[in-house]
Amino acid sequence: MDIHEYQAKEILARFGVATPKGALAYSPEQAAYRAREIGGKLWVVKAQVHTGGRGKAGGVKLCRTEDEVADAADELLGKKLVTHQSGPAGKIVGRLYVEGGVAIAKELYLGFVLDRKSERVMVVASSQGGMEIEEIAAEKPDSIVKVSVEPAVGMQAFQAREIAFALGLKPSQVQSAVNALMGCYRAFEELDATMLEINPLIVTEDDHVMALDAKMTFDDNALFRHPAVAELRDKSQEDPRETHANDRGLAYVGLAGKIGCIVNGAGLAMATMDMIKLAGGEPANFLDIGGGATPERVAKAFKLVTMDKNVEAILVNIFAGINRCDWVAEGVVQALEKSPVGVPVIVRLAGTHVEEGRRILARSGLPIIRANTLAEAAERAVAAWKNNANTVGLKVVNA
Amino acid sequence: MSILLDRTTPVLVQGITGKIGSFHAKEMREYGTNIVGGVTPGKGGTMQDGLPVFDTMKEAVEKTGATASIVFVPPPFAADSIMESADANIRLCVAITDGIPSQDMIRVKRYMRRYRSENRMRLIGPNCAGLISPGKAMMGIMPGNIYIPGNVGIVGRSGTLGYEAAAQMMDLGIGVSTSVGIGGDPINGSSFKDILELFEADPETHAVVMIGEIGGPQEAEAAEYIRDHMTKPVIAYVAGLSAPKGRKMGHAGAIISAFGEGASEKVELLRDVGVAIAPTPAEIGSTAQKVLKAA
Repeated sequence: MDIHEYQAKEILARFGVATPKGALAYSPEQAAYRAREIGGKLWVVKAQVHTGGRGKAGGVKLCRTEDEVADAADELLGKKLVTHQSGPAGKIVGRLYVEGGVAIAKELYLGFVLDRKSERVMVVASSQGGMEIEEIAAEKPDSIVKVSVEPAVGMQAFQAREIAFALGLKPSQVQSAVNALMGCYRAFEELDATMLEINPLIVTEDDHVMALDAKMTFDDNALFRHPAVAELRDKSQEDPRETHANDRGLAYVGLAGKIGCIVNGAGLAMATMDMIKLAGGEPANFLDIGGGATPERVAKAFKLVTMDKNVEAILVNIFAGINRCDWVAEGVVQALEKSPVGVPVIVRLAGTHVEEGRRILARSGLPIIRANTLAEAAERAVAAWKNNANTVGLKVVNA
Repeated sequence: MSILLDRTTPVLVQGITGKIGSFHAKEMREYGTNIVGGVTPGKGGTMQDGLPVFDTMKEAVEKTGATASIVFVPPPFAADSIMESADANIRLCVAITDGIPSQDMIRVKRYMRRYRSENRMRLIGPNCAGLISPGKAMMGIMPGNIYIPGNVGIVGRSGTLGYEAAAQMMDLGIGVSTSVGIGGDPINGSSFKDILELFEADPETHAVVMIGEIGGPQEAEAAEYIRDHMTKPVIAYVAGLSAPKGRKMGHAGAIISAFGEGASEKVELLRDVGVAIAPTPAEIGSTAQKVLKAA
């Protein structure tokens, strides 16, 4: 789960990481009022959206008067921000963070990740702040410092000092950097984050180290033990289809293609999408309804996939194990009888009691296109999608 | 022969009194697995379908002589159960549970390292379908009827895609020595390389089918192992060709977050070290058949 910059900064501040003075605003008037509260002569108005690349997309505005703050807020609120990371759909700006300007002496990069290779938390830092880490890795690889944290004891102060010195900080700046690094690690570890990125981490002209930006992602599997973090979820930043799926315990990722997929198991779901692509189509989504594939889940899945108005055919691929094909077939039939979907439906069942499952589909009298193998299923789905425009009523293909 | 598990391996079920644990305990026994009991804290001294239930793993191991355990404990408590197994001197632990926090798994792996490697428990999973040595025994949730005994090893992350491969192989008459699901989590007990090592050493495994997916460094690590140490032919498929970068595809670990973690990059690495690549997921069985005929 992602959270907003202002939320991440609130969390980090609790762990002793310094951040510039700032406050949240929902309207231009509020933004101007916040600026007055913060004081000073320079403010930054920042769109709060769950995506990177805000600055380049015009989501961060530097202001010198309260009127400029109000104007910037007026322009940003409700705007759809499309960045190079957001995808073409962009993200709607619903909240603003107004921050006091600070005099920057140096910009650094700081990241914490779960490193799958070492199976530890890894700290990644660079003296080249402001650039994206991929750019730094490509252009200034020598500037990158990596430190892995021993899980039994957590991050130690000497490791934080090593990083600070490697980044070229002066002795007068090191203690402040150590506080920031140790605070970030404790927040990451205690709250089950999977990613924490501060870009830039700045050194001010008076030798303070501060988080000027902050991004945090949390482990969905650990939210049960962090209710306060779970409450930070902002559904307005999510794809509504994904939110709908998520709330119902289904794993869904919306894509740009026309062939909707309903599959049990993540690996088989990816393989089914691959097969559609290899057969000349494009999948409209990833959807794993879980290994069990109960009839209730099948029904929910049809509802979800048809929420996407781009879907012109639906491929159901279920490999039934403990749950038998006859049971899954009944679920498919019930779901389609209750609410017809209006596009061709291709069903491939495999596994336990497959013959009985196929008989149930055939007997239903529903216009279900049946397939026996994965290859057949993908080919028929692509063909059905291509013919969809000129097909009046759907014919039953006997596999 | 098979790897990890045979008819005699005495197995405990952690979470045996739960709905899922009790159901699969029965299925596994019917298949031929030597289930000797189970553990549910607080229910020690009772019986579950004729099997003794214990409060702790230590007591269960002492009374039954079990060397293996399978975990059906819910995610918040699963890491604790895995560590309890390691502490009770279990040799093989299969964790089926899906949804264990990543940092819990970091702690589990760190905890297991306190044992010397020769005394260290082998962990399979979590978030996996388990393992099966066809015709002998299974520790998992797979349908046993899609596997026939034979000489090809299977190792993969996914449950149902593994079933798909096994079913394709069965249709072509290709039997399996052991099939191992290593699970879809970012931090797991055994890697592809760990299982390939076991298959390489098993005289009755003649070839290995490996089913990878996007995300993480384990397929690349496997490619290095295959290049340097593997004498047996390997057939591979990597799922997620059409997965966009940065999006989690169901499995917690199936996310492309760095260069080299995409399906096509992994396929290239494996092809370069002589692995026979199944061009589509519908051709895993037929690719294996071709390789076996040529061998």
